[in-house]
Amino acid sequence: MEIAVLLFLSSGLFLGWSLGANDAANVFGTAVGTRMVHFTTAAIVCSIFVVLGAVFSGAGAAHTLGKLGSVNAIGGSFVAALSAGLSVYWMTRLGITVSTSQAIVGAIIGWNLFSDSITDSSALIKILITWVACPILAGLIAAPLYIMTRLYLGWAKFHLLRLDAYTRAALIGAGAFGAYSLGANNIANVMGVFVPVSPFTDINLAGLMTLTSIQQLFLLGALAIAVGVFTYSKKVMLTVGDGLMSLSPVAAWVVVIAHSIVLFLFTSESLEHLLASNGLPTIPLVPVSSSQAVVGAVVGIGILKGARNIQWRTLGNIGVGWVMTPLISATVCFVTLFFVQNVFNQEVYRNVSYSLSPASMEKVISMGAPAERLQALQGMEFNSAVAFRDALRKVGVLTDDQISKTLYYAENRMIVIDPGKFVRLDREWLSKGQFEGLTAVSGRRFEHTWEVSEALAAAAPDWRILEQTMLNKKHNKEIQEKLDYIYLMFSLEE
Amino acid sequence: MRPSIGGEREDKFVTKSSPLFKRTRLLEGQIDEFLDKISEAGLIFQRALKIYLEKGPCEEFESSARNVNEVESRGDDLRRTIEMQLYEQTLIPDLRGDVLSLLEDLDYLMNIYQANCYRFSIESPDIPDEFHRDFMDLVETVVTCVDTVVMSARAFFRNIDAVRDHNSKVMFYETEADKISTKLKRGIFASDLPKVEKLHLRYFVDQVDELANEAEDIADALAIYTIKRSL
Repeated sequence: MEIAVLLFLSSGLFLGWSLGANDAANVFGTAVGTRMVHFTTAAIVCSIFVVLGAVFSGAGAAHTLGKLGSVNAIGGSFVAALSAGLSVYWMTRLGITVSTSQAIVGAIIGWNLFSDSITDSSALIKILITWVACPILAGLIAAPLYIMTRLYLGWAKFHLLRLDAYTRAALIGAGAFGAYSLGANNIANVMGVFVPVSPFTDINLAGLMTLTSIQQLFLLGALAIAVGVFTYSKKVMLTVGDGLMSLSPVAAWVVVIAHSIVLFLFTSESLEHLLASNGLPTIPLVPVSSSQAVVGAVVGIGILKGARNIQWRTLGNIGVGWVMTPLISATVCFVTLFFVQNVFNQEVYRNVSYSLSPASMEKVISMGAPAERLQALQGMEFNSAVAFRDALRKVGVLTDDQISKTLYYAENRMIVIDPGKFVRLDREWLSKGQFEGLTAVSGRRFEHTWEVSEALAAAAPDWRILEQTMLNKKHNKEIQEKLDYIYLMFSLEE
Repeated sequence: MRPSIGGEREDKFVTKSSPLFKRTRLLEGQIDEFLDKISEAGLIFQRALKIYLEKGPCEEFESSARNVNEVESRGDDLRRTIEMQLYEQTLIPDLRGDVLSLLEDLDYLMNIYQANCYRFSIESPDIPDEFHRDFMDLVETVVTCVDTVVMSARAFFRNIDAVRDHNSKVMFYETEADKISTKLKRGIFASDLPKVEKLHLRYFVDQVDELANEAEDIADALAIYTIKRSL
């Protein structure tokens, strides 16, 4: 078992390594490319802050699910992480900065295809939008920011050397901050799926603090990221900071800041909530990728300067790399899953069955679906989401939205709220009321996830999902994350 | 107005609040001092030539010439220290080459001051009274020209908008110096002096005028560096 766990972990570590090699360029590429910061200095600062971010900010239970969470067997997670890591590694070899998240989404799509799970079409649309919108937004932010910075510098009249020193410090500061966020936001994608099989136990460090098993696991992942930064990130850094366009040191700083602003403005749910709760118009949340934001910011400044400097060929290669990454990742994942399942006899996905139990039927009918047409499906069990969806489509009366809700109501997942597992819960994350609600349903057995959600909501108001408004969005998302956590922790594995 | 090395008041502030940038301020001070040395060498050179014209080769002239020599050697030391630091600390990676060339070129101006002093000391040219006024005019103009290019270099470090203004003055003084030297040379060759003395005097006029030509070249280079810096 231990060896199997280590083997599974290795692909997560490989994904971490390739993430380090690729994503370090987003935070330090321009600094190193303009020769303002030594590669070694950048690598050291980047590694330290990635580790800090991953261990202290990324390891809360809220983040443990990660993107690969939908892959329901550890063998599948192994292959998905490996495929995503491989496609990112390949692009890194070519010196192209790509989105690691998109590689992971690509791998999940490969897994979905293999396991007959349904791919949410919005995930694909998100990637397409990101390719176009993210660089444009970053460029639109970088250009005026660059103009303002130049105006300020013209007014401030720093000595050439002072400006050099300030810019260097600002580049290292922005890079450290970016590296911290990189660690905090991405570690779950790298190691999250391995949390349930973590071989570690909590360690008490001289009575000062406790390193939880998740933190140790994430520390390991962060170290893999750091090794990736040290061993393989230079080429991508030079592409970003010099290959695409030669940047001045000040422009290098503007690029990093513009990229951070894009990430903050268009992905921050806290900001959206803050604006909404003050009655202000919210900024629409757009899927963004930090790699694509950095490239957009560089090009934005390049266009501002008359576009003479931009290496269009390099830019074209990067564009091709973006499109290829999820495709390669999905293909590699699909093919590898086939081998792992049929040659190595490993379980790469767990069958999820669907059936219209009386309780599910009641739910489906309550949303207005014609009962008599669905009767035919009652009592039948479907072994995959795709099979059940096709059967529903044959019935022919349900809208797409109703079909996806029916899938949700009919999914069979045995969940037992075993009080023996309460000690493993992250009590700091769950509110007191939520924990009381959980205690109230303790010992009960559920056949569907929605039953758990309803039972909890009935037991404690803290579990209630509120009306879908902009103001409630954050609350509802948090409840949903906690519910997913509960499902994961109390699922009965067959 | 210019701070001494780093500016004493500023230095105290730096030590207390931001030791991080202390080295930077020290280096800024050294660059300022290096530029000061060029102006200083010019002023001493001008005084030395004035003494030479008034009193001929004498101990007072020799003493001033030695002064130019000392200033030049201090300037050399500063230039080397600055260059070493720029390299060792890998400062201003995008403009380091430009700054190093600028420092070398400016240093060359001091070398010309020094070399001219040596020439006067060794060759002791006999300059007839009728040319004294024009000769002194030439010296004053080239020294002003060099001073202006030093201001331009200072502006390149601190306020690039001003480089253009200073550069246009450099061009003006260079043209003035050319006019004066041409006038001088015409006068020399139209005089009754023996041919060999005419050639000797022309050589000295050319060597002094060289300062203005060199200053103009530096101003041209500065104009390019400034464009690069503002990109």
